Amino acid sequence: MKKKILAVICAVSTMAFALTGCGKELNGTVTLAGSTSMEKLCEAMSERFMEDNPGITVTVEYTGSGAGLESLAAGSVDIGNSSRHLKDGEIAAGSVENVVAIDGIAVITDKNNTVSDISAENLAKVYSGEIKNWSELGGKDEAIVVIGREAGSGTRDAFEELLGVKDACAYAQELDSTGAVLAKVSSTEGAIGYVSLDVVDSSVIAVSIDGVEPTEEKILAGNYLLSRPFVMATKGDIDSQNDLVKAWFDYIKSDKGKDIIKKVGLIIPE
Amino acid sequence: MNKKKIVENTAKLIFFISAALAIFAVCAITVYMFIKGTPALKEVGVFNLLLDGKWMPTAQNPSYGIFYIILASVVGTLSSVVIGVPIGLLTAVFLSEIAEKRMGSIVRGAVELLAAIPSVIYGLIGMMVLNPWMYKLEKAIFSGDSDHRFTGGANLLAAIIVLAIMILPTVISVSTSSLKAVPDHLRSASLALGATKIQTIFKVVIPAAKSGILTGIVLGIGRALGEAMAINMVAGGAVNIPLPFNSVRTLTTQIVSEMGYAQGLHRQVLFTVGLVLYIFIMIVNFILLKARKKGETAG
Repeated sequence: MKKKILAVICAVSTMAFALTGCGKELNGTVTLAGSTSMEKLCEAMSERFMEDNPGITVTVEYTGSGAGLESLAAGSVDIGNSSRHLKDGEIAAGSVENVVAIDGIAVITDKNNTVSDISAENLAKVYSGEIKNWSELGGKDEAIVVIGREAGSGTRDAFEELLGVKDACAYAQELDSTGAVLAKVSSTEGAIGYVSLDVVDSSVIAVSIDGVEPTEEKILAGNYLLSRPFVMATKGDIDSQNDLVKAWFDYIKSDKGKDIIKKVGLIIPE
Repeated sequence: MNKKKIVENTAKLIFFISAALAIFAVCAITVYMFIKGTPALKEVGVFNLLLDGKWMPTAQNPSYGIFYIILASVVGTLSSVVIGVPIGLLTAVFLSEIAEKRMGSIVRGAVELLAAIPSVIYGLIGMMVLNPWMYKLEKAIFSGDSDHRFTGGANLLAAIIVLAIMILPTVISVSTSSLKAVPDHLRSASLALGATKIQTIFKVVIPAAKSGILTGIVLGIGRALGEAMAINMVAGGAVNIPLPFNSVRTLTTQIVSEMGYAQGLHRQVLFTVGLVLYIFIMIVNFILLKARKKGETAG
């Protein structure tokens, strides 16, 4: 009789343990380093991740894509953040590219502008100050007011890099927020600016580049020039990582993670 | 008896601590700005930082020249003072010498309200009203000029106009009280000698109130130099030579707009920009102190 009671107690308590300890609590640290452009994504993601996984600490350093991938290759971090595709040398060093999000930038003009398509070459000329009037692009005789973001902004960095006009831009105005660019472009005749794709609204026109309009589908298909991948590279496949890193990637791919990616204005890769 | 003493001493101590807190804050800020602001001076080099106009902090070969930024602050401040002070002084003369009671109280109320309006409101109106107007002016002036970089109306001139309005209340209120402090017997003597009222105002009253008016001007300079929000909204924010129709960046807006994402040396240089601004403000205050002392000995 006594034995039976003991057995029942044992069974109940193991069941209780199994229930409460379901997917045993992970403890430890996940370290990331790399791209400064990914700061917004990483901060939002790590904050929510740590809220849901109190045992895990996520630390992110923003050292730049190249430096992050070097740290990964040297084994000093779990994940190397990169806002560009990995180079052959980096892949040869054993780094695996995991695209977690895609960043798209839209080029916007004011509502009354008649130019709806600009070639990449001409866009670069507009931003470097070679083309100064919309009539040179087939539009009205109207001065182009070139609006951009302040030095240090991730959007500016990406735009200039993707367009090949790094440090060569002659801005008429440098504004310090996405909202300010949107407002200024919509209220200034002849203005051109760039913002994250997700904030584009009906107050402005998002122009096509080389005939490709800035839409999620076109970006996912890889046809739109002003887009770049946000990569969280690992040494070897995700499956070969420790449980903490796996939990991090599972979280990013979960509905909650996707929600965060959308909230910071990025596109979810297929 | 003993209780009285305790109360007395405690009160004294509280007064002392309050006073010490202000001094401590000033010292702490000064020390902090120098500690944070000087490393970049060493790293970039004083000449490359202060006397170079090329601001490209995130370039492959970064360049941290803040000369145009300093120049924009100086030019913007002085121009706004040149516009704002005559208007302010004449308003003060009107208030203290000419206006009758009812009219005077209306103007005074308006000036006080002007002082209370937050700078972001000035910026907002500048952005929505002044900038489009400036753009029209810009288009008219540079219509045939193919070299001009159109700014859409956000330029130095807009900043100067906004600043000139913003310093008005300071100049007016300080000048008014110093004009009022001029003893009436001076006016009477001047009038008795056959001078007209206007002659009395310009030859007797204003010279007598000189040091007080100067204090108002210096305070106005301080306000214009330190203003960030309104300028950030109307001046365009690109680093350029401070010409009226160029988009400019001042010392204050430089920090406001780039602190968010700056890192490394770029961030350190922004602290140096803060230090430069701080030194400017210290100079302004030093002049203020001198002007006040002179006023005391003269009066």
